[in-house]
Amino acid sequence: MTTEQKLGQVANYVDERTGAAAWMKKNLQKVFPDHWSFLLGEVALYSFIILLLSGTYLTFWFDPSAREVIYEGSYEPLEGVQMSAAYASTLHISFEVRGGLLMRQIHHWAALIFMAAIVAHLMRVFFTGAFRKPREGNWIIGVGLLTLGIVEGFLGYSLPDDLLSGTGIRIAEAIIQAIPVVGSYLSYFAFGGAFPGEAFIPRIYTVHVLLLPGAFLALITAHLMMVWYQKHTQFPGPGRTEKNVVGYPLMPVYMAKAGGFFFIVFGVIAFISAVASINPIWLYGPYTPGQISAGSQPDWYMGWLDGLVRMSPPIETYFFGYTVSWNILIPGLIVPGILFTGMALYPFIESWITGDKREHHLLDRPRNAPNRTALGAMSITFMIVALINGGNDLIATHFDLSINQIMWGTRFGIFILPPLAFVITKRLCLSLQRADRELVLHGRETGRLLRLPHGEFVEVHEPISPEKAYLLTSHEQAPALELPEVDARGVKRAGAIRNKIRSRMSVAHSEAVPKVSVDDLKEIDSH
Amino acid sequence: MKRLSRYRRHKAVGPSLLIFALLAIGTTFSVASATTTAQTTTADRSALIEEGRQIFLKGCSSCHGLNSEGGAIAPSLVGVGAASVDFQVGTGRMPMADMSTQAMRKEPLYTPEETAALAAYVASLAPGPEIPTEEQLNYERDGSTAEGGELFRNNCAMCHNFAGQGGALTQGKYAPTLMGVEPKHIYEAMVTGPQAMPVFSDKTITPEEKLSIIKWIKHAESEPNLGGASLGRVGPVTEGLLAWTFGLGILIGVAVWLAMKAR
Amino acid sequence: MSNEIEAIKDPGLPAHVHRKADHDPIAARRAERQVASMFMISALGTVLLVASFFIPEDVFIFVPVMGDQNAHQLGLGLGMAISLFFIGMGAIHWAKTLMPDQEVIAHRHEFRSPDEDRKEFVAAVKDGAQASGLGRRSLIKRSLGAALGLSAISPLLLLRDLGPLPGNDLKETSWKSGTYLVTDPGDRRIRASDLEVGAVAQVLPETDDPEHRKLNDIAKDALLLIRLRPEEFNLDAERLSWTHEGIIAFSKICSHMGCAVALYEQTTKHLLCPCHQSTFDVTRAAKVIFGPAARPLPQLNITVDDEGYLVARTPFTEPVGPSFWGRISS
Repeated sequence: MTTEQKLGQVANYVDERTGAAAWMKKNLQKVFPDHWSFLLGEVALYSFIILLLSGTYLTFWFDPSAREVIYEGSYEPLEGVQMSAAYASTLHISFEVRGGLLMRQIHHWAALIFMAAIVAHLMRVFFTGAFRKPREGNWIIGVGLLTLGIVEGFLGYSLPDDLLSGTGIRIAEAIIQAIPVVGSYLSYFAFGGAFPGEAFIPRIYTVHVLLLPGAFLALITAHLMMVWYQKHTQFPGPGRTEKNVVGYPLMPVYMAKAGGFFFIVFGVIAFISAVASINPIWLYGPYTPGQISAGSQPDWYMGWLDGLVRMSPPIETYFFGYTVSWNILIPGLIVPGILFTGMALYPFIESWITGDKREHHLLDRPRNAPNRTALGAMSITFMIVALINGGNDLIATHFDLSINQIMWGTRFGIFILPPLAFVITKRLCLSLQRADRELVLHGRETGRLLRLPHGEFVEVHEPISPEKAYLLTSHEQAPALELPEVDARGVKRAGAIRNKIRSRMSVAHSEAVPKVSVDDLKEIDSH
Repeated sequence: MKRLSRYRRHKAVGPSLLIFALLAIGTTFSVASATTTAQTTTADRSALIEEGRQIFLKGCSSCHGLNSEGGAIAPSLVGVGAASVDFQVGTGRMPMADMSTQAMRKEPLYTPEETAALAAYVASLAPGPEIPTEEQLNYERDGSTAEGGELFRNNCAMCHNFAGQGGALTQGKYAPTLMGVEPKHIYEAMVTGPQAMPVFSDKTITPEEKLSIIKWIKHAESEPNLGGASLGRVGPVTEGLLAWTFGLGILIGVAVWLAMKAR
Repeated sequence: MSNEIEAIKDPGLPAHVHRKADHDPIAARRAERQVASMFMISALGTVLLVASFFIPEDVFIFVPVMGDQNAHQLGLGLGMAISLFFIGMGAIHWAKTLMPDQEVIAHRHEFRSPDEDRKEFVAAVKDGAQASGLGRRSLIKRSLGAALGLSAISPLLLLRDLGPLPGNDLKETSWKSGTYLVTDPGDRRIRASDLEVGAVAQVLPETDDPEHRKLNDIAKDALLLIRLRPEEFNLDAERLSWTHEGIIAFSKICSHMGCAVALYEQTTKHLLCPCHQSTFDVTRAAKVIFGPAARPLPQLNITVDDEGYLVARTPFTEPVGPSFWGRISS
């Protein structure tokens, strides 16, 4: 029997039981647009798979217990030292299990790259406006994945119960404890009593290994199903419209490229894990509340939280014998809560401002949405300033500065720099729009000089191709919303203040350099 | 006189005046300081102490005072002991070059013999911590690495970082790295508490415990980086930087290649 | 401006540019060989992985920039990396050079369902709701609501034993009147004369079973002992009486978020917490002079017994560690 016949038999077997041929035929030919920035989400997805694989490996040796043991393993400098079984088992994985240290490192590097890829992917989706209708739900799922990722990573590196991560747990406990009214109760419930207790490590193990991965699988499946069903967005260009998808079919091209990319991601993570040490817990020592290391930081995706907490003014209020620690609640819970809620709701905020209720499948070039791009730049600046403060002690020792200087710098910087970034980015976008307009109207500067008969020197401009001209002018430029304050009879409309805010934001949002039209080109041709 | 005044606006006048003034001040000072009578001590003056005193007068007295009484910019050295001098001068911190934040470890200016002389001189001013002997510094024999690690994390890591890489203090001060420091100097630093570092008395950290700490530090120094390049042994900051730059960087590079049309 | 700005027309997909491998069989064979060699390199990587498994774990080799590296570990990692990476490179190169690269156009269908289907959907829901009778039978509706609402209590109740109630636990430490101060580690009693001016000591309360101290206790009991010259203090009479001959004791647990505040600067007499850089002035009873901490570190009232050993005169007069809602109220 030929291969074709054998495959035919298999296909028949499956189809008779599931009716698979009908939906497979469509999906094997599904078209996926090809742009490198669409692969950032894939990096996150593949890192997740690598986390599942390496994580499962680690669970075969890890002992999630706070039970005190005396170390008797092969790492001499910790011989006879009292430590938790969790820490001892992690040392065992690192030193006695062959390939154990490599897998620990793969797991941790994959986590860092997972979070970095999520953030990069989020930025791509944001700056290209891919969150607009019909993808608002997917955006919210994405923000959910980001939040869960931060928690999962924190719990993950806290499992070995070393000095650095134990300090992180102490800080997390202080945040819980600071919650008004119920804080100390929540803390005692979470830790099974006083800090550090013996219940926390086993409990976060369950969350880290079972509950959150389950949530991830569900959310990632929903996320991918939406992308599959709604079809991926695509960048504007010749031949691309709101009603089509231009790209390559799943079988064979996309399968090969995307499948191959999984091996690339895995290979790169393995390479980094082979050559760069991460989380050397044997140097940190086991956790005890009486010890601390200089330069204690959380992993990068929580560094901005640490930076916000560091720069907080020392505000605590007392009334009727009760204490409210604003210096913990504001940077630790309130500001992150506002940021992430705002991020999750952004698609709805933007559609409220623009009044745009249509579907969008063509992406925006960031310069063509200057307000949104500037807002994104502002948020990134905020995060970077906070992140810098999170590492201020390391920056101080490395660059001969003082932590006090850096702290004051970021205290002011966090208010001054983001608006500055907004203004600069918006102006940059408008300049780029102007440059695009020039390109369409006058063509590309070739650098060749021509001397005209009457003596004038001019630079020869080469007209751009019709494809490029289309790319530079196919974007929409919606005018600002018109929300009359009074209706036809002169009565002031309800919700006037809201509408005023909305109009003002709409005007700011729609600021743009008018794009070139056919009439403009005709005008040029006629000179 | 008239001849000289003709050259008063010559372009060489400025520099030559400056050089003349520097020479004049310098010679006057060294002559003046050399002829100042030193305080006589009641103790027998051994040759070493005298040599130390001479070095002191030339290189240290301008900040620490002619009688080591200290002043606005430098503390008194009376009672600091030979150990302090051996540490500060032996690690090159003294004489202090950059007066901004704190004395930095650098190439020692004085030879070991000169350092010993200075130490003897300062020790002769008043009793103070002595330089530990070879026998007292046998950390391989008398120290325990594991105990040293515990002691280090309890008493040292909060300033010097978990692996002795150093850390930030307030207002630009810093706890320096402990890598590449002689065991003698580590011991002396613990005993004398140089600059911002506190003193670790022999009753709170016994001499044996101090040797254990040194043994652990030496072990950490010589321990190869297990698992790959160490990224500085400073924790998650450098790890995050690497993940974003190298990690995501390579992956984006491959992604760009992947999406490019082949020729 | 008028609304009818005529936009530049879409010229359609650009003409397909053929790759070398599309029309030149030699180039195609070359591409094939390139793909195959990438897969071969991957196989070599696996060989390296397997071989490294058997390298003894105490062999170190020198690698430039990285220093001495564990050969076993490095070999395993590099072998794995190479074997994975080149499968990917091979697959992608294959797709790029040999698989069809003609762009395909698929059509997007409107998501909105046809009006017919919508009407039928609404009708189905309405009929179903009607049939359930929930709308008419308000007694069922209300009692169902009550039952579901009440049943939510069970999981909450079953989680009650996640932990004990805090009670007074956060306000008490092991420090009582007469508790001896001992070194940490070492558990040796401390005399005032053991500390020199400028010295610092890590301290715990004396306990019957020093081999098995509980971390829960250390998290509240950890103490810092600092010796200054008595004239350097800037304290009120009461707090001054809590010191002994220039020796002052503070809780080591930061009043901000609970890290160990053990960084003492002898020259400035400041304590620095490395977590968030709160700075405390020892001469003024650990008053906060920089950073996010809102309260000074609790000071412990110490004295000496008749043998000269340092003891606590009274327990802490306030809860140690981070703040919480009921911190001040009794």
